[in-house]
Amino acid sequence: MRVNFTVNGRPQQADDVWEGESLLYVLRERLGLPGSKNACEQGECGSCTVRLDGVPVCSCLVAAGQVEGREVVTVEGLAEYARQRAEGGSCASGACGTTLDEAKGWSARGAGPQTGEGAPSPRAALSPVQQAFIDAGAVQCGFCTPGLLVAADEMLERNPSPTDEDIREALSGNLCRCTGYEKILDAVRLAAARQERQGEAV
Amino acid sequence: MTTAQNTRATAPAGTPTKVTQGSQGTKGGIGESTLRPDGILKVTGEFAYSSDMWHEDMLWGQILRSPVAHAEIVSIDTSEALAQAGVYAVLTHDDLPTEVRNYGLEIQDTPVLAHRVVRHHGEPVAVVAADHPETARRAAAKIRVEYRELPVVTDEASALAPDAPVLHPGRDDRPQGPPAGSGPGETPIAGHVPHPNVVHRQPILRGDVGAARARADVIVEGEYTFGMQDQAFLGPESGLAVPAEDGGVDLYVATQWLHSDLRQIAPVLGLPEEKVRMTLSGVGGAFGGREDLSMQIHACLLALRTGKPVKIVYNRFESFFGHVHRHPAKLYYEHGATRDGKLTHMKCRIVLDGGAYASASPSVVGNAASLSAGPYVVDAVDIEAVGLYTNNPPCGAMRGFGAVQACFAYEAQMDKLAAKLDMDPVEFRRLNAMEQGTIMPTGQRVDSPAPVAELLRRVKARPLPPERQWESTEGADVRALPGGLSNTTHGEGVVRGVGYAVGIKNVGFSEGFDDYSTARVRMEVVNGEAVATVHTAMAEVGQGGVTVHAQIARTELGVTQVTIHPADTRVGSAGSTSASRQTYVTGGAVKNSCELVREKVLELGRRRFGTHHPAWAHAELLLEGGKVVTDGGEVLADLVDVLEDETVEVEAEWRHRPTEPFDPRTGQGNGHVQYSFAAHRAVVEVDTELGLVKVVELACAQDVGKALNPLSVIGQIQGGTTQGLGMAVMEEIVVDPRTAKVKNPSFTDYLIPTILDTPTIPVDVLELADEHAPYGLRGVGEAPTLSSTPAVLAAIRNATGLALNRTPVRPEHLTGTA
Repeated sequence: MRVNFTVNGRPQQADDVWEGESLLYVLRERLGLPGSKNACEQGECGSCTVRLDGVPVCSCLVAAGQVEGREVVTVEGLAEYARQRAEGGSCASGACGTTLDEAKGWSARGAGPQTGEGAPSPRAALSPVQQAFIDAGAVQCGFCTPGLLVAADEMLERNPSPTDEDIREALSGNLCRCTGYEKILDAVRLAAARQERQGEAV
Repeated sequence: MTTAQNTRATAPAGTPTKVTQGSQGTKGGIGESTLRPDGILKVTGEFAYSSDMWHEDMLWGQILRSPVAHAEIVSIDTSEALAQAGVYAVLTHDDLPTEVRNYGLEIQDTPVLAHRVVRHHGEPVAVVAADHPETARRAAAKIRVEYRELPVVTDEASALAPDAPVLHPGRDDRPQGPPAGSGPGETPIAGHVPHPNVVHRQPILRGDVGAARARADVIVEGEYTFGMQDQAFLGPESGLAVPAEDGGVDLYVATQWLHSDLRQIAPVLGLPEEKVRMTLSGVGGAFGGREDLSMQIHACLLALRTGKPVKIVYNRFESFFGHVHRHPAKLYYEHGATRDGKLTHMKCRIVLDGGAYASASPSVVGNAASLSAGPYVVDAVDIEAVGLYTNNPPCGAMRGFGAVQACFAYEAQMDKLAAKLDMDPVEFRRLNAMEQGTIMPTGQRVDSPAPVAELLRRVKARPLPPERQWESTEGADVRALPGGLSNTTHGEGVVRGVGYAVGIKNVGFSEGFDDYSTARVRMEVVNGEAVATVHTAMAEVGQGGVTVHAQIARTELGVTQVTIHPADTRVGSAGSTSASRQTYVTGGAVKNSCELVREKVLELGRRRFGTHHPAWAHAELLLEGGKVVTDGGEVLADLVDVLEDETVEVEAEWRHRPTEPFDPRTGQGNGHVQYSFAAHRAVVEVDTELGLVKVVELACAQDVGKALNPLSVIGQIQGGTTQGLGMAVMEEIVVDPRTAKVKNPSFTDYLIPTILDTPTIPVDVLELADEHAPYGLRGVGEAPTLSSTPAVLAAIRNATGLALNRTPVRPEHLTGTA
């Protein structure tokens, strides 16, 4: 079958999709977007979390055919999605796509190895939550990271000033085996604080 | 600047690229919390893990696994599977290209594909290549295998029974690979064991136990059970094999040790090692579970057979069958102590279930035996550790490696002794804590700091978290209670307990293994700046070795930009990312190669500028901030001018101090190169009515010698602590004792801690240098996994008054309904 849907603001068409294929498989193997991860493929680990019409879902549990005509945001589009949101735009417009070329052209902050105090590049290449995950040491092997980022970003959208218990509740569907979650909590707190500061500055 | 270079045109999508990291005006050397060079790639979804590889025309491989634990294979019929549209190959044992048909880390006893018999549930029997993963799965299901089931061996009694089936008849295995302590011609491992179903046995005898026992005022005994834990790394076993024009194969894979894989893969394929070119793909965690091969040989076989690239990706169900687990164990301990709280003696017997194949069992046995007394002074010991062959799932390496099981038992014993002596459990431990100079049961003297008492003091001195934190003005916040959002209690029946534990882990490969690493370091001028490239075969599995390598190069070479070359087999071995060894050994190799590069650079400088300044000839010279400087800080030359268009490159091996094998009868020998220590205090709240446990806080203190990257060190300690927490209250692969079949191969039924299960983990890092190690560092990764589990168990015992001699603890053990 053929599936038409929007991924990270760009219309996509997947052909020869077998009816049993998941959204995760189509993203990873047919559209060249392997950022969403395949840690369990049974809806337990959250590593494949994407937003489907704004709602975080395990893309391994969504049949590809179910996304016909709908909007998907993956980790690859998260930075642009967050940028549009910060600028008051809506990503549902379909105008916020990040091409892979653009993604590859992203430049890092000037201070490379330093502890998150580097000058931001002219165009914020990473969303606040992505930057915070790097700065707080929330990334080790990184396999859980894409799903956690999508889930954490969505929580901060709903709840810009979360308590620790709020963060734990929102991320309880995302398994991480490396970090013991402490640095993930730090990262979300950091992203919330930076977002708040940014909001005050505006 | 971090950049990902464009993928080479001929390489598959997802081929690892160099990552370059540098900084302007900052050093980013050792001791700083520099950020991961792969961090941006990992948060944008661009980092290519082994399951992300893609190649035009690629096929998908699928493995058919045994549905039973022990059976004779009567027949295999692949014709129907082969007839499916889209299927390119179906291979069984009979299709293997050479006479080398087994592999293994230490003993080559594991069939690539089952031959006449299957020895465990999930053993690979056949492999399929097809143009879609679902086609491959369906074709595998159409392979007809007729099994004649055999009786199963599931524990020590059934393994050693007079009529027990011998699982590996005709053994003549010798130590190979780690630990390659004994040279050729020495007694084979098989010669040390009392029964062919015993993989390895290591006794340790020291002192006069009889006399010491007679001095004891109190004696405590215990029998402990340790469940089978899974590494549960999130990135599934996966990789891509691409057949090459020269008849060889390029393999992109997630592993812990490329060269160990290579040594096992090439002979099975009938290829010289140089025709099996391995590149490390992104590794989604490992924790020991990637020390053994999984899909590597199968993918290569299918690629070479079909002439097409073949990708294999396990799903989580298959992953539970696709790697070895932590050995479940039975541990029998006896300790004695005098009335004033001094240990007199220890006797123990540790039985580790190695499952169907050897994997790392011999080394795990050696570790369990040699570390079975814990970080305590005890002069009289009678120790025996054995590893069994059974029809249970194969067990091998997992973070902590034999020391974890022992720690669970000896720490329970310490609490029992303290209780019997009416002493504080921490005070009792401190009275017996080892220190620098202590003689281990193996006779080895501990020759660097061993701050066991200080670590315990630190966790104990920490203020306790407030009681009844769930109470608020708006009623109970169930998220802070046992049962959490299940809303099972508002505080009724909830009791608190506090428990302590401390452990000892060896760092690096032991027992005489030639534990070396190789590093290639290059220095040159690029775009008007002196830059360094570090190339090793070290498997970055998440631990942050790549971060540390860049830091070492900056410190030693005074550059800011360091490029980390992808890990592959085009450079010498870096050993395994195991045994808390990589920062020590490959870090040591990078440091050493940098020093050799520095010497060459200074030689160049002397040739070019030696006559300009007398300091070139006499002073101690350093490379700092892109310049050659004297130890007094005087700048002699810019590195750009010293190097000009020269490239200075060194590849060198580096070794830590040699170790010795343990004597097979007495266990004596300087078997370990370094020890590491961590202590935990656990605070738990238990709903005694439902048997639910909430860990409120799990504080850790650890000596790391020198924190090369403090942020990463704390991440390792917190992550290791959490795996120990999982082992305490939820993680266990359940094997049916009648059939030896795995009952819970999924994340639905095998639980690992979520963010709701994991408490705050305050960490206290001590830096007492080990003068024998690079920068004084001490391996970090494993020690926190040891003491976490027994600390939680001690806290639950403290809360409930129950004996709790097994881990993990389940609700039924707490409610008396087991």
